[in-house]
Amino acid sequence: MKKFVIKHVAVPLIAMTISALPAFAADIDAFRGEKGEIKISGGTAHIPVMKDAAQRIMSKNPGIQISIAGGGSGVGIKQVGEGLVNIGNTGRKPTDSEVSRYSLKMYQWAVDGVAPVVNPRNKVKQLSKAQLAEIFAGRINNWKQLGGVDRKINLYTRDEASGTREVFWEKGLSKGRIAPSANVVISNGAMKSAVSQDPYAIGYVSVGHIDRTVAAVTLDGVTPTIKTVQDGSYPIARGLYSNTKGTPAGLTKKFIDYLYTPSGKTIIKKHGFIPVR
Amino acid sequence: MRTLWERLAERFALLSAIASASITLLILLFMAYMGLPAFKAAGAGQLLLSPWDPYAGMYGVLPMIVTTIRLSLLSLAFAIPLSLGCSFLITAIAPAPVARGLRRMIELMTGIPTVIYGFVGIFLLVPLLREMLESGSGMCILAAAMMLAVMISPTMTLFFCDSFDRIPRSYLNAADALGASPIQKLFHVTLPSARAGMLNGVVLGLGRAVGDTLISLMLAGNSIDMPQSMLDSARTLTAHIALVFAADYESPEFSSIFTCGLVLYVFTTMTTLFVRYYGRSEAGRA
Repeated sequence: MKKFVIKHVAVPLIAMTISALPAFAADIDAFRGEKGEIKISGGTAHIPVMKDAAQRIMSKNPGIQISIAGGGSGVGIKQVGEGLVNIGNTGRKPTDSEVSRYSLKMYQWAVDGVAPVVNPRNKVKQLSKAQLAEIFAGRINNWKQLGGVDRKINLYTRDEASGTREVFWEKGLSKGRIAPSANVVISNGAMKSAVSQDPYAIGYVSVGHIDRTVAAVTLDGVTPTIKTVQDGSYPIARGLYSNTKGTPAGLTKKFIDYLYTPSGKTIIKKHGFIPVR
Repeated sequence: MRTLWERLAERFALLSAIASASITLLILLFMAYMGLPAFKAAGAGQLLLSPWDPYAGMYGVLPMIVTTIRLSLLSLAFAIPLSLGCSFLITAIAPAPVARGLRRMIELMTGIPTVIYGFVGIFLLVPLLREMLESGSGMCILAAAMMLAVMISPTMTLFFCDSFDRIPRSYLNAADALGASPIQKLFHVTLPSARAGMLNGVVLGLGRAVGDTLISLMLAGNSIDMPQSMLDSARTLTAHIALVFAADYESPEFSSIFTCGLVLYVFTTMTTLFVRYYGRSEAGRA
């Protein structure tokens, strides 16, 4: 029995651990022996991915300091253009005039789509954008008004630091009001479990998070899926960009390259974005 | 030799006392310092009394303060009778083996992490409340208060039991000699003489209720509205800190959460001081 356990459980486990370690360590290896500082600012949607990547890099390489600030896409472009930071993040493609003025190099590493979701038991699975805005503003507040059951609509939203909220608010609600009585959840995962629990809920999650526990709402005839986000037919989506002034070199280049490695893509996926191939 | 050891031990105790006292003070200073930008930009009145609407440049935390107070008091209102009942049962009514078993179980309950209570609440209590009340999602102050009460009552029960046990035997014997029934004994002897210890239990329970983050974050709904009733979704100070913590470091949002920290700090300190003072004057009168 003991032998069996060692042979069939312990050995594969150890083998798995050993084989998994270098695969992830290899991406970090590019930073070995490096010293210096990377300053990052701009888009707030990027912050979780940036923080995660920075933490992994810094914990392995104590000589590297990575500071991450927000400020929004406008600030990101301005600061990287003026040389205040090494990387300026934007949640939109920099305009042609910005690119030429600051000689920006842009790197899109993810696509972020955000879909309204309801409980799978909800009969209402199609909405127009106008209806969506009315619902989130609290003006349509009963499912009966949309052909569903006679129950109050329970709104779920995200905290203000959420990138998902930012995209949804900007492109889904056309920067309309979100009723202050809306419940606030802390992550895409929490949103999913809240909506899957509550038959009268409506919320929104990153498209990568949709599974059978929640039903995506077809918006103006387009069902949000990873495919419709990628081909651009679903409108509530955008690219996530990291921009540098001129061609990046040294640490900055390595940091951006890291986002395209398997570990980088794992981080990107973990935070609910679609990594760019 | 012995005097050297004694002196060393004394020094060590003194150092620990200084360290723990100064850490408490340093935390206060740190929060005040970190919250300074928000105070300067908005002013204390605006920070404390306006609603929370970062898009409109308002970083007030009044709804969260109100929610924290309401939630913790409501959970005490549930937990006090619950713990009183449990402790009566254990110390006075139940036969010894049953009482011992119950006590072990309650001791075990104090060690359960709050996230477990949060989970139980979200999967059992929230759907129940949603269907029973038919108003909102079921995530509300009431749900969080009920779960908080379950969380804090084991600690309170143990405190109550301990203070009942400390009542001098002669008091109880005297009551028995006068022919008091168990209930009369409870109300005229046990409760009045156990007051100070019970107060400690209540303060500890209140402290845990105010300071708990996960249960309110998971069950209270976290809406930024000022709560109008116990059935409204609302956000506590602790949940607010957890939610805003993701904001970037230099934003006014981030700096405003230090205000929340300060308010929590002052709130718990004042409650403790008040109850200590009240307890002492009570004890002095008795």
